[in-house]
Amino acid sequence: MPPETGPSAARGAANARRVEAMATAARRRRRLQRLLPWLVILGSFLLWEAVVRGFAIDAFILPAPSAILASMIQWWQPLLENAWQTLMTTLIGFGLAIVFGLLLGVAIGSSALLYHGLYPLLIGFNSVPKVAVVPILVIWFGIGTVPAIITAFLISFFPIVVNVATGIATVEPELRDVLRALGARRTDIIRKVGLPRAMPYFFASLKIAITVAFVGSILAETVGSNSGIGQLMMLASSRFDVPLVFAGLMVTAIMGVAMYAVAVAIEERTTGWAMRGQADQGVASVPGG
Amino acid sequence: MAAMERPFVEIDGVSLRYGGAEGTLALRDVSLTVGRGEFVAVVGPSGCGKSTLMKLVSGLWPSSAGSVIVGGREVDRPLPLVGMAFQNPTLLPWRSILANVMLPLEVVEPHRRRLRGERAAYEEKARRLLAMVGLAGFEAKHPYQLSGGMQQRASLCRALIHDPQLLMLDEPFGALDIFTREDLWSQLQGVCLTLKPTVILVTHDLKEAVYLADRVLVMSGRPGRILVERRIPFPRPRSLDDSYRQDFQDLVHELRDHINTARKGEERPDAA
Repeated sequence: MPPETGPSAARGAANARRVEAMATAARRRRRLQRLLPWLVILGSFLLWEAVVRGFAIDAFILPAPSAILASMIQWWQPLLENAWQTLMTTLIGFGLAIVFGLLLGVAIGSSALLYHGLYPLLIGFNSVPKVAVVPILVIWFGIGTVPAIITAFLISFFPIVVNVATGIATVEPELRDVLRALGARRTDIIRKVGLPRAMPYFFASLKIAITVAFVGSILAETVGSNSGIGQLMMLASSRFDVPLVFAGLMVTAIMGVAMYAVAVAIEERTTGWAMRGQADQGVASVPGG
Repeated sequence: MAAMERPFVEIDGVSLRYGGAEGTLALRDVSLTVGRGEFVAVVGPSGCGKSTLMKLVSGLWPSSAGSVIVGGREVDRPLPLVGMAFQNPTLLPWRSILANVMLPLEVVEPHRRRLRGERAAYEEKARRLLAMVGLAGFEAKHPYQLSGGMQQRASLCRALIHDPQLLMLDEPFGALDIFTREDLWSQLQGVCLTLKPTVILVTHDLKEAVYLADRVLVMSGRPGRILVERRIPFPRPRSLDDSYRQDFQDLVHELRDHINTARKGEERPDAA
């Protein structure tokens, strides 16, 4: 190799500068990517505020974010208590959905017979609007927490079953053959290949399930309950306290995003192998996580 | 090799038809034997039922007629004394390389029972195997962090970890580039000279077959039959340089001619 002098050395230095510039640009982009969700949220609130003030919209029609914030501060105690109630209701229903969704998903995914037998029933069941089920649940269990838990369970159960079943049913035949050729039992194949293989599907479904679980519990609270964010919003709207209704919505949205972020964090930790190369682009991450 | 002893694998008059009585006939009246510790390569045009033969011997498929006997026992279901490697590495992407190699130990008795108590010893064995194929230091990596050739080597280790008496390789190097392939030939030869398993290799690479095998079987096009059996006389260990010698090349050519005949037979419509 000739000594690095003259034009070749200059070119080397220029290349080094270019690499350095690219790294800086990448860093800047990552920082922007982290900040962007917050900027968007802040921006939309500012726009909202400006529209409400600019067009002098009545708080009864659309309260400004500042009015909602004031309402949140004024009513922080009932908001917190009812949010806690809703969160617990949702999490219990969601937990039940995880347990039964996993069990049924594994069963359906690993047996073509069960799949064909149960799938139409499941689809039919999922097509029933849950708002129509709540009154029946209230008749059975009375006004209170139980109908809300069951509604959260019913609504979040289906995506988990479908995803887990898909994950297990689509195991590559070669992977199955590797174990079959060793004389593995059916349960071995499900445990060692099916379940790990279904985990990315399972976590993807959790992200959907947790958000719809909130829909279920709040739905039930608005129809028949004596506590929870849903019931608080019903009370507020019957008193025409629209800012408080919106405050309830805000609290629900915050809880939803927070739970989603928890699901994503668990997902990234347990199924990193399925997300290779995407982690550093932050494709799956979410603000508040 | 082991001429007087009973052969380890005996395939006698085996036919296989996929999909019921009207289905495709994949194999017709195939008979072959493999002695204990022998390395047999099966070559043939694509679609000649080579992989079907593997499925039969490993017990993944039952035959329609005839018998398959391995180690003196009729094969009626998968046998744990068989280790398999396929064209795709088929490593489990969520497991580290070491955990992938140790997978058979979690399934096959008696290792399954012993694994909990003697994990350290088994891990040591897996590491030794990985080192044998040049994968020392990659134990904790995940499959996607390795190249195709490295994954295939790990898959080979997985096929060997439970000391199988019969190693079945279904085009294990088919998806690799020629340099990696040649590299793996010599590594496989090294492993086989050390562990001395009985090997059935299915391949469409004639040079690979002649380089590795004690005996090469040429199969006809579908439905597959054994057309020719050729003993490979070259001493071991064989080197890559040997493969450029005239007698080696002549043997490859001779097999090549048989394959051509086999393919011509296939093109006749009445052959089906």
